[in-house]
Formats: sequence, structure tokens, C-alpha cells
Amino acid sequence: MKVTINGDERELPDGSTLVALLELLDMTRGRVAVEINQEIIPRSQHKQHLLHDGDKIEIVHAIGGG
Amino acid sequence: MTTQKQDTPLVLAGKTYQSRLIVGSGKYTDFDQNLQALEASGAEMITVAIRRVNLGQNKGEPNLLDVISPEKYTILPNTAGCYNAADAVRTCRMARELLDGHSLVKLEVLGDQKTLYPNVTETLVAAQELVADGFDVMVYTSDDPLIAKRLEEIGCIAVMPLGAPIGSGLGIRNPYNIRMILENAQVPIIVDAGVGTASDATVAMELGCDGVLMNTAIAEAGDPIRMANAMRLAVESGREAWLAGRMPRKLYASASSPIDGTFF
Repeated sequence: MKVTINGDERELPDGSTLVALLELLDMTRGRVAVEINQEIIPRSQHKQHLLHDGDKIEIVHAIGGG
Repeated sequence: MTTQKQDTPLVLAGKTYQSRLIVGSGKYTDFDQNLQALEASGAEMITVAIRRVNLGQNKGEPNLLDVISPEKYTILPNTAGCYNAADAVRTCRMARELLDGHSLVKLEVLGDQKTLYPNVTETLVAAQELVADGFDVMVYTSDDPLIAKRLEEIGCIAVMPLGAPIGSGLGIRNPYNIRMILENAQVPIIVDAGVGTASDATVAMELGCDGVLMNTAIAEAGDPIRMANAMRLAVESGREAWLAGRMPRKLYASASSPIDGTFF
């Protein structure tokens, strides 16, 4: 299936979970927040949340700003 | 001897702060310089921005929140870069998720890239939505006394008028407006944006502001760590001067040495 992550299209195996994606991206240790199709997926649900073809995924973190 | 006026502490969203200086985390050379400046400033609250993670790049690099600990400092996520209410509300919700339910946010909705002036109408819409959603909103706005009051009535926990445009370092350009805002306010008033050097921060505090928020004045100083220390002293000095109460301004001189007892 195809998903869009932070504006980039990516191919993922069907049935991937959000946590599998975060592991793939090496992002399970850092503090990130995830929104899929403009809906926040709470950290507690990352493990069971299934990704779907066409999902628009946003992964954000805190950076320097004023 | 007159009794000393007791200062009341700065309280924001139920938490008491010893420092009245809030600093930003943008424009520093690296995390280490940022942290050193933060420590020198004595600030207990620091703003951060919420942005997309860079995919595939800088893997394993430390995260800002690994360096600046949310356990030690109050993290104030901002909505910088948002030009409409919807984006600002969305950013705040992401920040709340990122910081495990933390509801304190700095709302700023910008109107124009050249001036970075606040879009006040969108700010009002976003403030209303965020307050209804349970956020503690510290709001960046223009120095318009009526809008400041309106934002307070909406339920913002602090109103933060600009002293001058963001990053301009022009100082407090309209102290009379800041005074009018202060006169009517029931919530803390924090000057946000415009401070260029220590004396600007002192001016804000001498007007009676509850605090000052700054980023560029420290980060882009020749020696940011030294400037952070200067800002700490400036904010404390300004507060002390305001508590002390300045002498009245007079057009003509008034001798400090007595006339009596002169021998010539």
C-alpha cells in the first residue's frame, strides 16, 4: 500500500501498524506526535493502529522556536 | 522608613514562577548554546516550535526535548508559522499529544510574512476554540488595548502584546498602549517580541508588565550566554524599579544638596 509520510509517498507492506512504521523510521525512542488524515493517534494506540492505503501521516516533534 | 512593597509571584496555569523572563529556543548555533543561555537567563519557561520530523536524516540525533528537559523547565509550544486559526488549533493539539497532555500553549497567528504582525481576527477565533478545548492559552497579539481585553474575556490565561515586530529588536515602541493594556488587565501581561537589548526588557518591566518573552535578542547577540545573563538582571531590575515606584518627572532641576549651610 501507498501512504504519504510528511509529504513523501512511501510503499509499505499491507497490514502495517503505526508502531511498525515508527520502528522502520527509527522513531520509537524520540518524542514524536502522529496525526493520520488530520486525526491525532494517541501514543497509547500506536501499537494496534493499522495503516491504510492512502493514509496521510504527519509525524512531528519539537524544535527550536520563539 | 517606608515598608517595602511585597511582590506577588507570577502564576501561569496554576504554577508559580520565580523568573519573569520567558525565552525562546530558536536561532541558536546548537542545543548546547541554547541550554547554556537558558541557564544563564534564569528562565523557567521556554518556547518550542512544532515541525515535521526529517525522515531518514539525522537519525539518532538528540531531540530538543532530550536536551531541555520538560521535567525541569516548562515547555511552551508555540504556533509560529500558522497564518490561520485552523492551523494554529491543529498545531496546539499535536503539541498536547507530543507533551503527554500538557495544555499550556503560546498561540500566535501571523498575518503577513514581512511584518509577522498578528492576524488578530484569526487569533480571536483560535483562542475561543482552544479555550473551549481545555487549553491554557498564552496569546501573542498586537498592542491594541481592546483586543487584549477581548482575549482575556475569551479566557486566555496571559495576554502577550508585542513591543515591536518579532525579531526586529526595536524595543517597546508604544509604551502608552502597553500601559493601557495593563490598566485594564486581570491576567498577566507579558511583552512578547521586540526586545533588542537589556534596557528594552527593563522598560517593559518598569511599565508594570508581569513578564517578558524574548528569543532573538539573546540568540542573535554577540555572546548569547552573556546577553541571557544581562536579560535576567534587566527583568529583575525593571521589576524592582516598578515595585519601588519611580520619582515624578520634572521639567526643571531640583538640587540634591541642601542650600542651607552654604558658607559662600
